[in-house]
Amino acid sequence: MTDAIQVGSYTLKSRLLVGTGKYRDLDETGRAIKASGADVVTMAVRRTNLGQNPNEPHLLDVISPDHYTLLPNTAGCHTADDAVRTCRLARELLDGHNLVKLEVISKSRTLYPNVVETLSAARTLVEDRFEVMVYTSDDPLIAIELEAIGCVAVMPLGAPIGSGLGLQNTYNIREILDSLKVPVIVDAGVGTASDATVAMELGCDGVLMNTAIAEASDPVKMARAMRLAIESGRLAYEAGRMPRKRYADASSPETGLIE
Amino acid sequence: MRPFLLKGIRMQVSVNGQNEEIEAQSLDSYLNSRLLLGHRIAVELNGEIVPKSQFSSVMLVEGDVLEIVHAIGGG
Repeated sequence: MTDAIQVGSYTLKSRLLVGTGKYRDLDETGRAIKASGADVVTMAVRRTNLGQNPNEPHLLDVISPDHYTLLPNTAGCHTADDAVRTCRLARELLDGHNLVKLEVISKSRTLYPNVVETLSAARTLVEDRFEVMVYTSDDPLIAIELEAIGCVAVMPLGAPIGSGLGLQNTYNIREILDSLKVPVIVDAGVGTASDATVAMELGCDGVLMNTAIAEASDPVKMARAMRLAIESGRLAYEAGRMPRKRYADASSPETGLIE
Repeated sequence: MRPFLLKGIRMQVSVNGQNEEIEAQSLDSYLNSRLLLGHRIAVELNGEIVPKSQFSSVMLVEGDVLEIVHAIGGG
């Protein structure tokens, strides 16, 4: 078991944070999230379907706010105003729960974060007493600014959302880690277990992922793989890796050999 | 100030981007007719959030714009 992580007023046992999108159905969502061992689970806020069957299963029946720390996102928002509006609806929806994942994305094929709008929304939300976990680019200066505004966690992308490419710029992630006091959580870009471990070995406080689990052939098994990968990477970071050497260094004593 | 209600009067409102003709009524009565009352939803009326505790005291009037949202899967 690794140590807990403090995000604002929340103490999280698991350093793996997971999304609930792209699963086949709610049953699979529930089983994968359970297998991941995550405390924090993201969700989206969308218009209700007015013709819906009231007995249809609902996300919050499977992911109960009593068992998980829900993290409503502002996915799909392209402006600060839309993101702030979505957060306020989410807070009302979840009876005053004030933890949110702020993301303001561009309309480009990279869905790259729009940091200008993100900074503006973060200021408004912090002033409105939200605890803001913010998705952002891996620009160290923007990360510092988001911390200064009062965000409780800064979440740079490892690679574009849903791409599964793994960490593309470990230099920047490392620089962000060295510059910030609040938790740094890699959000987006992880494709498989080793990607998550790389992030944790760098010293990241956690990893948030969705597609890597949901689009695996066996999402429940991948959720467990990710749980182990995160724990493994964190343990390796805490243990402190051996120094890299250019040449071999024999493991067995070179003395006392038979002649 | 919102005008007094006259029962049976029909009016146009917008709900989640769709225009609807409904009878003058309270917000909770409308939500009930849509089988949404008692479910985890949040409501915005003309850009302002309506706390759940005020659903019964808010009367809908001609031209109101409602957004009704819920939680779904997302990353």
